Amino acid sequence: MSLFFIVALPFLGALLPGLMNGAGRAACAGVTFTVSLAAFLGLMTNLPSVLAGEVVMARVDWMPVLGLNFTLMLDGLGFFFAMLILGIGLLIIAYARHYLARGDNMGEFFTYLLLFQGAMVGIVLSDNILLLLVFWELTSLSSFLLIGYWKHLPEGRQGARMALTVTGMGGLAMIGGMLILGQIVGSYDLSVILQNRELIQADPMYVPALILILLGCFTKSAQFPFHFWLPHAMAAPTPVSAYLHSATMVKAGIFLMARMWPVLSGTPEWFVIVTSAGLITMVLGALIAIFKHDLKALLAFSTVSHLGLITMLLGTGTAFGAMAAVFHILNHATFKAALFMSAGIVDHETHTRDIRRLGGLRTLMPITFGIVTIAALSMAGIPFLNGFLSKEMMLEETTHTTLFGIWWLVPALATFGSLLSAAYCFRLIGHTFLGPVRDNYPSKPHDPGFGLWGPPAFLVVLVVVIGVAPFLAEPFVKLVTASLLGGEAEVPKAYFKIWHGLVPALFMSVAAVVGGLLLMGVFKPLLRVWESTPRPEAKVIFEGLIEAAAALARRFIHTLHNGAFTRYAMIGSVAIIALGLHAWSTGTVGAPTRDPQSASVVAIAGWAMLVAATGGLVVMHRNRLLSLILIGIVGLMVSIGFVFLSAPDLAMTQFTVEVVTIILLLLALNFLPNRTPIESTVLRRVRDAGVAVAGGLATFALAYHYLLRDAVSTPISEFHLANSYKGGGGTNVVNVILVDFRGFDTYGEIIVLGIAALLIYALTETLLSGPVRARLLNRLPDQPRAGDMHPMMMVVLTRVIMPVVLMVGFYIFLRGHNEPGGGFIAGLIVSIAVVMQYMASGFAWTSSRLRYPYHGVIGAGVLIAGFTGIGSWFVGKPFLTSDFTYVRIPPFEKFELATAALFDLGVFLAVVGAVMLSLESFSRLAHRAQDKDSEHPMDIDPSRDDPPEDQPKPVTEGV
Amino acid sequence: MELLVASAIGIMTAGGLYLVLRLRTFPVILGMSLLTYAVNVFLFASGRLTIGAPPILRDGVEIYTDPLPQALVLTAIVISFGMTAVVVMISLGAFLGSDDDHVDDLLEEEVTSAEGTP
Repeated sequence: MSLFFIVALPFLGALLPGLMNGAGRAACAGVTFTVSLAAFLGLMTNLPSVLAGEVVMARVDWMPVLGLNFTLMLDGLGFFFAMLILGIGLLIIAYARHYLARGDNMGEFFTYLLLFQGAMVGIVLSDNILLLLVFWELTSLSSFLLIGYWKHLPEGRQGARMALTVTGMGGLAMIGGMLILGQIVGSYDLSVILQNRELIQADPMYVPALILILLGCFTKSAQFPFHFWLPHAMAAPTPVSAYLHSATMVKAGIFLMARMWPVLSGTPEWFVIVTSAGLITMVLGALIAIFKHDLKALLAFSTVSHLGLITMLLGTGTAFGAMAAVFHILNHATFKAALFMSAGIVDHETHTRDIRRLGGLRTLMPITFGIVTIAALSMAGIPFLNGFLSKEMMLEETTHTTLFGIWWLVPALATFGSLLSAAYCFRLIGHTFLGPVRDNYPSKPHDPGFGLWGPPAFLVVLVVVIGVAPFLAEPFVKLVTASLLGGEAEVPKAYFKIWHGLVPALFMSVAAVVGGLLLMGVFKPLLRVWESTPRPEAKVIFEGLIEAAAALARRFIHTLHNGAFTRYAMIGSVAIIALGLHAWSTGTVGAPTRDPQSASVVAIAGWAMLVAATGGLVVMHRNRLLSLILIGIVGLMVSIGFVFLSAPDLAMTQFTVEVVTIILLLLALNFLPNRTPIESTVLRRVRDAGVAVAGGLATFALAYHYLLRDAVSTPISEFHLANSYKGGGGTNVVNVILVDFRGFDTYGEIIVLGIAALLIYALTETLLSGPVRARLLNRLPDQPRAGDMHPMMMVVLTRVIMPVVLMVGFYIFLRGHNEPGGGFIAGLIVSIAVVMQYMASGFAWTSSRLRYPYHGVIGAGVLIAGFTGIGSWFVGKPFLTSDFTYVRIPPFEKFELATAALFDLGVFLAVVGAVMLSLESFSRLAHRAQDKDSEHPMDIDPSRDDPPEDQPKPVTEGV
Repeated sequence: MELLVASAIGIMTAGGLYLVLRLRTFPVILGMSLLTYAVNVFLFASGRLTIGAPPILRDGVEIYTDPLPQALVLTAIVISFGMTAVVVMISLGAFLGSDDDHVDDLLEEEVTSAEGTP
């Protein structure tokens, strides 16, 4: 089966358990099992090639420019790990089917489990280190979901968070390390990297890369000082602990160290860091494990200890050490997963995992007792069980390892670690199963059904088989070792056998087992000593660090982001001005290439009005109504300036936008105070004025220099001018650019405009449904109301004008392609025509006569524009390619039909909809409770006999 | 002519900046509108100034002004309307919700002192 399928199957299969949830627990577990089994069998189809020593590859270029390719590789090492992941996965799924309680959502659990499985398989089969990183992060995420599966338990949530934080940070470090590695080699493909040992180790960036990658590995594999998260992750359901925290995820770090072994190992840095971290973890983990009363905590720390052992073996950098590591990975996966599952059985049957409340289960749960005994004795290193063999090899390796120049350091610590390890294994058996039967178990214990004990029993069979007949596992372990070594060293010749003769390792082993037994003999006094010695509590330290980091971030943010927007504006303006000044003073300015044009009297007069209006606006801005009039003058002058400077389209747009903006601001001013009070000090105003003048001078200088020099290279506009008629069929180049050359931009812009209008609508809805509504309804006008709010003259005038304006809009729209005009301007003109009706006859009267919701108009506009663009696909052209033709219908002259006109229609509709929706939203706010909706278009109508009852009385005060 | 346009841009920028630095929402919105004018005119002027040569193709006419900045500014004008409308709505909502049209959040000590006074 293709490697892609093996990786993809769990991910695709992850969709199924959720779907099968309703079909019952057996179906749910069954489909998960089937998916895993399919992947497992797919892996097995590749076994012959792997046994033949081939490397199976599968490759799809993903982002070749970035060096990120979907490349998969299956060699001995990858096969070994993939087999562990999928094989133990099958057992775990079978076990979890019976373990999970009825109340647990099984579909959710198996979905997470398959996601995790896929990510793990992805890690071990990746040939591209960037791809590997992606899968690496996915395991962190999916394990977060699995650890926190019991969401109602605070320990579960905290443990999940802690695991994610620690492994996530390690993952970040590893990204850095991998990127450095890729930079050194010039390729992100693992197969290439593995060929470049000398290049990598000679590079000055080797040490940083090594440290960063090891940070990732150590956090994932719970090596000291990052070992603390693993015991807390034990809040997960037991199948998760057995799967993630004994057999697979915590082995990911080990896997990566093994994978990178050919290129990273063998240097003093590697040796010192990896060996000492492994050694410390091994001893420390074992020591803590002895004194844990929780079965799973004991197993968790023992896992930490064994991971340390494997790490240490990889750290030695010898081929024999690597082989011992591979063998121990296999053995540890078998006995530790069995132990975890057995711990789950004990928990499941007795409802406690506290060793102090157990004991004497030997006769009550004989099958579980048998499984645990074999697995634990294997872990303790008793002959004829597989743990003995790899531990023997480990001790053998340590006798050749000299750390810090002290020959006895490593062997002594390793023996001590083994001693502690034997001790907790004996305690596990003795304190749980041996001893007198108690009468106060939380629940009456008995052996579970086959579904629960079958999977661990299967593993225990493997434990015994490998232990008795190690030659069966030998070829496979050597094959894996060979692929781990990657040709950098010879596979050791040593045979796997139980009896090696009276070698030092044997004596060390005997010492460890005997010492472990003795230690158990004095367990009670030792426990008292242990409990009275103060120890640093990793969780407290971790939470303290997190809290400190959060406090630091809060302080930092509150200092920078204190809610004073004026300050941000000030800092931003000053910074931009300073940057401009810096560029100005360090850059060079060429000589002017354009002659200044003379200004006519009219231009000077317009300029003077603009300046006067701007100045007046600044000086009199406290009177808000006046400042609106003044800014209207500024806008008008800008529009006239556009006319003057050959931009008729701009002038029309600016002018119409000006009208709707002023109406909008007037509507807003209806609610806001009429005056801006004086609040700032004189000093502050002087300071602001200083900044403003500096900014003004800067833009003036920039614009002035700009205007007197030609562009450095020929502008693209020449192309537009040359092709507007030929290619776009229009003589108004601005419009052709909008609807044709840069139609995609315009399309984006009408969408933005539509979104802005919808946002305004949504805000209005929120305001009107909240507490503001009552205030708005009972608001008293702060100005005397006009007696004639909908005057007859205005009503009549706007009615008369309406068809004229619509016709003008239509005309402007149609001629837009060839003369100034187009969808934008026509849209604005039509909007103004409608707004006038609102102004003349009031909101209620007008909106009850409008049949089209403005949202729909926006949507129709965007859709029409979009479909016009899509239409070009049908003739095999890219999106928004326009076409045009000339037709002649007899009574009329020849005229042009262009798809661009259809696009412009979309623009037109979107603009009308957006403008009207914005203004309508504002008007809705103005509706008050005491306003009766009049059914008449005007207040005073001579043709009407009955004066309306709700006619407001003329207000006399203030006259 | 160039001097007039450049100085107009400068003056509108200065006025806009000053108003943006005010403490109440309404002048800030006006300031942003002024800045919008300045920016639009500046962008437009990047096509350099040409009098009496609109980019409408005519037979026999050879000189046209640069159409591209015009097209860009045209959409900018319409979009700036949308932006102004949103900002006005937000400031209006803030004012209606809290009866306060200050731009800045009150600092904590000011809040406590304001609560302390009857």
